[in-house]
Amino acid sequence: MPLMRYSEALRLAMTEEMERDPTVFVCGEEVGQYQGTFRVTEGLLSRFGPMRVVDTPISEIAIAGLATGAAMAGLRPIAEFMTWSFALSAMDQLVNHAAKITYMSSGRVTCPAVFRGPAGTGNQLSAQHSQSLESWYAHTPGFKVVLPFTPADAKGLLKTAIRDNSPVIFMEHAGLYAQRGEVPDDPDFTVPFGRAEIRREGTDVTLVAYSLMVGKCLKAAEKLEASGVSCEVVDLRTLVPLDMETIIASVARTHRVVVVQEEWLNVGFAAEVAARLADEAFDELDAPIRRVGGADVPMPYARELEQAAIPGEDAIIAAVRSIVD
Amino acid sequence: MNAANANGLQSSVPGEADLIALYRTMLLIRRFEERCNALFLQGRIPSTLHLYIGQEAVATGVCSALRADDWVVGTHRPHGHALAKGVSPRVIMAELMAKVTGCCRGKGGSMHVGDVRKGVFPAVAIVGAGLPIAAGAALSARMRGTDQVAVAFHGEGAANEGDWHEALNMAAIWKLPVLFVCENNLYGASTHFSKAFAIPRVSDRACAYGMPGETVDGNDVVAVHDAALRAVERARSGAGPTLLECLTYRQCGHSRSDACDYRPDEEEALWKERDPLKVAAARIRALVPPVPFDPSGIEADVAAEIDDAIAFAEESPAPAPEDLERHVYWEGD
Ligand SMILES: Cc1ncc(C[n+]2csc(CCOP(=O)(O)OP(=O)(O)O)c2C)c(N)n1
Repeated sequence: MPLMRYSEALRLAMTEEMERDPTVFVCGEEVGQYQGTFRVTEGLLSRFGPMRVVDTPISEIAIAGLATGAAMAGLRPIAEFMTWSFALSAMDQLVNHAAKITYMSSGRVTCPAVFRGPAGTGNQLSAQHSQSLESWYAHTPGFKVVLPFTPADAKGLLKTAIRDNSPVIFMEHAGLYAQRGEVPDDPDFTVPFGRAEIRREGTDVTLVAYSLMVGKCLKAAEKLEASGVSCEVVDLRTLVPLDMETIIASVARTHRVVVVQEEWLNVGFAAEVAARLADEAFDELDAPIRRVGGADVPMPYARELEQAAIPGEDAIIAAVRSIVD
Repeated sequence: MNAANANGLQSSVPGEADLIALYRTMLLIRRFEERCNALFLQGRIPSTLHLYIGQEAVATGVCSALRADDWVVGTHRPHGHALAKGVSPRVIMAELMAKVTGCCRGKGGSMHVGDVRKGVFPAVAIVGAGLPIAAGAALSARMRGTDQVAVAFHGEGAANEGDWHEALNMAAIWKLPVLFVCENNLYGASTHFSKAFAIPRVSDRACAYGMPGETVDGNDVVAVHDAALRAVERARSGAGPTLLECLTYRQCGHSRSDACDYRPDEEEALWKERDPLKVAAARIRALVPPVPFDPSGIEADVAAEIDDAIAFAEESPAPAPEDLERHVYWEGD
């Protein structure tokens, strides 16, 4: 299997799907001539031409709305937001239109659009550029919400997203673009939605995470192993649909769980996982469910404050320690 | 003398002292940005920077037509807006270096530079979002019965965001005392104006909302000042908003990660020839009667001011850990 970066894996997924299906096209700010702010769409314009790799003005409402309309009329747009922070002004198009049209029309009309781009915190970009907002979309019925961690998943999940007949919120993590990993070059390789992956097996505590936080959990698990605590790490991969089965099966082995997210802790996705575990697997639990998440503050600029606001290995380790003796 | 002295220049035929004050403010911005870039490359300023190099005449010309109590809303490229409105280089540099003495106490960074005590709101880094906010400040002046004016600086790219259109319309129907200053530097990130607009001038849009629109040479500080002064007087008198388009050029990449390889060399060379500092120096040299103009004194003065700002920033402490949770909600200054 070839080794490639997360960003290259995303590009390969788009390239293969554009080859396979002439209704697939890419649009967004700086995606064509500039080849993407993070180089994710590199080479696509020269390969597929300006009809299928569309540079737009700085107009997020219209990017989201045109992708929605084009999808309703039969195309499969991949709309890129330069970052998910800039999608906020397009919330109406996304939430009121893309997410609802299928239900509102009882399936007569659908919206097979993918909305993708970098999400997440870091790099001292401060309050307006550094944030994780996946719960906003997971909260909205009608969206599938995907946050890949590995390059292979980036490819396989994006291909599934493009083929899906419902609108998909596809959040890449800017901090993962340069990560390398083995990626199948088989054009039929896809990763199904709703199947979590166990990234590390363990017996004492289950760590549930997604996106960049999976990496932090793996590092925390390594350190904890050295002190005799064995952690299992579950990578959710998709928040909607959510694979409770895999989470519960893991918790049934470990009886302890820490749910980790990068976004603000208050009303975040970890709370949903925790609540469902309390509902569906209460008898399996030998300790309180712990959550780890970002400080409930707009992201500060100063490095020390930013580091304190973004959940790190230490917070994960402390949460684990609080439920093992 | 500091940059704030440029504020309040009212003459539309500036004399020697005025021109030199404008020149000094522009030079301060230029050298400040160059030093920021060097500090960034040395790793002493983190994150990224959107530099104002090449556009100094816009902020300087506009802010020289404002009063100290007028408001400015800047963009992701805000250092020049803040300096021209009289924010101290010290508190900007301290902000860039993430110090507690910074104008946002180290929480905002480059993209949110501003000091409300100087009439500069923390800058808005979401393209287009500053226009309704400036219109709101103008509305407050109206409701409180003051004659303050608000300015929304923005790149031409912002004129394709919904916020822009909604703000212009509301400002026009309510005749708000606001000035929308479009810094048309030909590129929104790498995207050329012609790829994003089907009209030749952003100012052509003004008539659709019922306000005057004007396009001026944004590299000529006097032209900018004169046009801004007319618009400010109009706003202050209750006659409503103006859209002022200033044609200019950024003489650097969009942000520090942009190699800027999408612009023709000839175009860059042409605009370097029309450098706002050169244009202003030529204006000074053309004064009648002629005055000797030797910018080296101003250079030294500006360099000392920036050295002082850097020293101040470096000696300042970083925010304390407990600052993380402070000011999510109002708790006093
Ligand atoms: C809503 C939104 N979309 C995209 C961005 C990313 N972005 C930052 S600056 C910029 C280009 C802005 O161009 P323009 O408004 O012309 O200003 P200039 O950078 O030329 O000063 C873009 C796309 C953003 N900050 N906000």
